[in-house]
Amino acid sequence: MSSESPVHGHEEVISSHVHAGHEVHHHHHHEESFVSKYVFSQDHKMIAKQFLITGMIWAVIGGLFSVLFRLQLGYPEMTFPILEDIFGKWAAGGRISNDFYYSLVTMHGTILVFFVLTAGLSGTFANLLIPLQIGARDMASPMLNMLSYWFFFLASIIMFSSLFLQSGPASGGWTIYPPLSALGQATEGSKLGMDFWLVSMAMFIVSSLLGGLNYISTILNMRTKGMSMTRMPLTIWAIFFTAVLGVLSFPVLLSGAILLLFDRNLGTSFYLSEIVVKGEILPNEGGSPILFQHLFWFLGHPEVYIILLPAMGMVSEVLSVNSRKPIFGYLAMVGSLFAICILAFLVWAHHMFVTGLNPFLGAFFVLLTLLIAVPSAIKVFNWLTTLWRGNLRLTPGMLFSIGFVSLFISGGLTGIFLGNSTLDIHLHDTYFVVAHFHIVMGVASMFGMFAGVYHWFPKMYGRFMNNTLAYIHFWVTLAGAYLIFWPMHYSGLAGMPRRYTDYSNWHSFNMFQDMSRFISSVAMVVFAVQLLFIFNFFYSIFKGRRVTSTNPWGANTLEWTTPVNPGHGNWPGEIPEVHRWAYDYGKDGRDFISQTEPVGADESKH
Amino acid sequence: MTGFFILAILALAFLVTFQIAKSSEYVSVLKGEEKTFQQNNRINAFLFIVFLVLGLIGAWWCNHLFYEKTLLSKPSASDHGVHIDTMLWWTLAFTGFVFFLTQILLFFFAFKYQYSAKRKAYYFAHSNKLELIWTVVPAIFLVVLVGMGLFYWLKITGDAPKDAQIVEITGKQFNWMLRYPGKDNVLGRKNYRLTDAAGGNPLGVDWEDAASHDDLEATELHLVVNKPVHLVINAQDVIHDVGLPHFRMKMDAVPGIPTTMWFTPTITTAKMKEITGDPEFVYEIACDQMCGAGHYTMRGVVIVETQEEYDKWLATLKPQYSKVMEEKNAAPAKAAADTVKVSQLK
Repeated sequence: MSSESPVHGHEEVISSHVHAGHEVHHHHHHEESFVSKYVFSQDHKMIAKQFLITGMIWAVIGGLFSVLFRLQLGYPEMTFPILEDIFGKWAAGGRISNDFYYSLVTMHGTILVFFVLTAGLSGTFANLLIPLQIGARDMASPMLNMLSYWFFFLASIIMFSSLFLQSGPASGGWTIYPPLSALGQATEGSKLGMDFWLVSMAMFIVSSLLGGLNYISTILNMRTKGMSMTRMPLTIWAIFFTAVLGVLSFPVLLSGAILLLFDRNLGTSFYLSEIVVKGEILPNEGGSPILFQHLFWFLGHPEVYIILLPAMGMVSEVLSVNSRKPIFGYLAMVGSLFAICILAFLVWAHHMFVTGLNPFLGAFFVLLTLLIAVPSAIKVFNWLTTLWRGNLRLTPGMLFSIGFVSLFISGGLTGIFLGNSTLDIHLHDTYFVVAHFHIVMGVASMFGMFAGVYHWFPKMYGRFMNNTLAYIHFWVTLAGAYLIFWPMHYSGLAGMPRRYTDYSNWHSFNMFQDMSRFISSVAMVVFAVQLLFIFNFFYSIFKGRRVTSTNPWGANTLEWTTPVNPGHGNWPGEIPEVHRWAYDYGKDGRDFISQTEPVGADESKH
Repeated sequence: MTGFFILAILALAFLVTFQIAKSSEYVSVLKGEEKTFQQNNRINAFLFIVFLVLGLIGAWWCNHLFYEKTLLSKPSASDHGVHIDTMLWWTLAFTGFVFFLTQILLFFFAFKYQYSAKRKAYYFAHSNKLELIWTVVPAIFLVVLVGMGLFYWLKITGDAPKDAQIVEITGKQFNWMLRYPGKDNVLGRKNYRLTDAAGGNPLGVDWEDAASHDDLEATELHLVVNKPVHLVINAQDVIHDVGLPHFRMKMDAVPGIPTTMWFTPTITTAKMKEITGDPEFVYEIACDQMCGAGHYTMRGVVIVETQEEYDKWLATLKPQYSKVMEEKNAAPAKAAADTVKVSQLK
């Protein structure tokens, strides 16, 4: 907890003073090689960038997959010879094959949920912000932190190579329900592709646990002097609860995945019972496919909050900074994060209302699920009140934060439909669900991530991103998100099932072809604009407008007390001491008061 | 070639956008950062209002285009569905109110409180009264929704009436198989190890159980209007789902774990054709749980009809047991000959 505690093994980076007698020894450490600086780096800021850039690569792949299957959905009768040139047998005749379609859908979900919105989001901003905002030189264990990235990298490599298997990558949906995912006979993707998926996820979970434990111990133990828990910025609170969720729920997914590996390869029957597949009678008896769903959703539901909470935290911070007002109801915000964190563990079975779950048990899950709407409502109203009578600077980060609130409202409200088991009977696994979770978890969290990237880019690279491109990015993405997902509520209310390759043979659902085509076209435009963002990101790293002051946004938090390009160790001198909470904006007529400033004698109380 | 052109056009569009963006940065340096910031702020604040107005118009337009195509515009074909529709409308009313209120406030605030050099932000850190209001009010609304939801949920998932028609539906990649219990209204026992599609026993019925002898197997689900039906749901290979959108009903079919669902169809297929004005109308069973490459083809048909029509249809079916036995009896000579051959080989 000491503010002087240096990063182990990197003393020399922090203190400029070098003893003559230790010249040689120090010299050895001083010369950071390319490998130790950019590859096996133990600097939390570099690890954050590694997570971010890997996440961005995955986002492009995952997004591209959605464009491909949207091609099939929007233009089911057309052929695209270019697809055959690229994908060979998977797109024979220029038409995406059924197996390929389901692989694309599965990989799109897996990549976006885990590799982009979990690793890419938490990995980036937890690593970047925890030490900088709580006033620490680095994470509690920089070594584990580095390993966390490299396990993620390993998981990425395994998942990526599964795309090139002859039998294709996993294709049982990102939820990989057995028996479909357990039986190679049932679908091509459940052959080798599924083993790759499971092993990759196991590596991913290791990465996530190493990271999560590190985040928790750093936040609890390494806050600078004066940084009590209730003075922490909401970003840190959100990341803290996210890490707790991950640490407690990911192991359950790991156990589920390992049992599935056993069922697949060792002839066990955890999930298999009384199966006849393609005429073949299997010997397995006594297992339960429902058991897997319990294990999966015990992670799976907290997972959506693992994705959403960091976005909420960053949005709270960015909204407050750019409204030049304190975040409204700080303690209520922390309390609602806590409530969401607890409830997240108690609602998993709302994904299973129509699996034959005991209806009486289901009733409790309805109650607990809809309870989450209360802390969510508190958050929304608090964000609105934060904007109220502010002096809003509509920076790109701010735009995405406001967009986040809009999307969170839209997607959150449809959760009240789906969490109610009575309505879920009708709406389960229809496009209504697709619309709901894409808006509230997918796009909203992406918006949180964009807000974070635009807001903290100056801290990461000492430059700004291009504003004009950012504005284009924001407006097209916001409008596009609504144009894509809003109409899906309607096809959902017609009972149109998700995960169909082609609806033309269905009398009940074939009237939405025009809508589908429209959605596909918008999706392509939105994807192109994301490429513009990626371009802006990399261009700005090298050519962006330089940051000239240490605190370009006039923010209170500690990361803006470091130099423009902080070295390993973050503060060249001593770590600053904290004297107040992070949200003294517009207090006593002053624009902002940094956390490092002692409370004045005649200062008003908030 | 077209692909190439599209790519070229895209690249060009990128280049142009980028050049504009870059030059705008130079202009901002010339104009002064403060001035550019204020200008951008005004534009974006204005765009929020534009977005709000266009968004509201768009929501109306979307509803105009698609409302008629949803099931909200058509009566539910089952008694449970009526409850579900009621619940849906109440939820829509509650959430719709909150949606418009909060979205309008959000975008209006973004416009109204845009940066001005003259305005000072109002230091307002918390207010217990306000926070209490928006904790308690949503909680009350939710209690109402939960109460209503659970009332209907327990009704819908409660026990089926005693006189309900039992029908067994079994999913496999990628079609549905149906079994009616026959006169005794009891389904014969099954054992999955007896499954033998080629031998006339695709469901694995145990012929030793006499209750199976009058069981009828079918490919279409025929139901009697206004008579409760109790579906017994099975799956052979992977998880499927019996989705009945017009009845607002749905239940997974899980291998090894039979599930059930009951409802009372209230509108015959013929009547629904009149209501929808669609002579082609048909009730469909849609598989609602991803089940493999042919998931989207896993379609079944439901026909709701009067008791007379139903009886007439049922009379055309022949018990599966008799079919199998007839085939066996027709070919005993051949089978015997085969046995002789086999024993000779030994």
